[in-house]
Amino acid sequence: MRAFASVIQDRCVACGSCVKVCPLGAISVWRGVMAVVDTGRCVGCGKCKQECPAGAITIEKRGETA
Amino acid sequence: MKKKAWYDYLWIVTPVYFALGLFNILFAWLGMIFFSVPLLLAIFGGNKVYCNRYCDRGQFFTLLGKRMKWSANRPTPKWMGSKWFRYGFLIFFFAMFFQMLWMTFLVGAGSQSLRETVQLFWSFRVPWQWANPHLDVAAWVVQFSYGFYSMMLTSTLIGLIVMVLFQPRSWCVFCPMGTMTQLICKWKSGKAVPVCAGCNEGGCHGAITGTGKRSGRDDGASGK
Repeated sequence: MRAFASVIQDRCVACGSCVKVCPLGAISVWRGVMAVVDTGRCVGCGKCKQECPAGAITIEKRGETA
Repeated sequence: MKKKAWYDYLWIVTPVYFALGLFNILFAWLGMIFFSVPLLLAIFGGNKVYCNRYCDRGQFFTLLGKRMKWSANRPTPKWMGSKWFRYGFLIFFFAMFFQMLWMTFLVGAGSQSLRETVQLFWSFRVPWQWANPHLDVAAWVVQFSYGFYSMMLTSTLIGLIVMVLFQPRSWCVFCPMGTMTQLICKWKSGKAVPVCAGCNEGGCHGAITGTGKRSGRDDGASGK
């Protein structure tokens, strides 16, 4: 099992709060539309979830697929 | 600890702006920068880099709410982030902005006299006559300053209230400029869709969820 952040696109306001707190640089704002998580780098620490004012981030737990 | 960049200190702009308006209301015109720069960056750059990096107000709320712990850190109510509220607030804000421009026009045309007051929450008039420097400028220039300063102060106070009650940057959820620039960016990106690294490896890992989930490919998600 591994954990990573997941962005609920309908709620994301692309403010970039999550980008600033990510210790691994695993999240970026895509074209000013929404935040996008690099699941290869994300370890699911949840800092972005805590920071997100829109409640647009959840921490998912999935089995390895690749 | 990440090394701070020059733009991480832009929070200072917010208190300086309001302090300048306390002494000379004409400085309110500087607020046009906060209106035009994010719009220009969204229109020509197709990004929200202003919100992401340079927004002094967002940084100011983070400083007060997070560093100084003034924020209750409760989740922002979901209705505040709903489309109807965000777009509704944007429309309301623009209606108030154009009403302010109309007032400026009336003063310029001479059919209304200059009101040396700051109107808080679009309702309460606070005397502010001391900040009129009585320079040799047209009355409409001064009226616009009072109107614009009122709008900036009101929106900052709303931001401070939601910062205290909810999360430091709860204001960003329904900030009219943020909503507008995101709309512009959505229009500019058209049907292009972000794809995370996980999806490129084959099979969606679920890093993007929500109704109307975008399903296509675009390599723009690889970060800045």
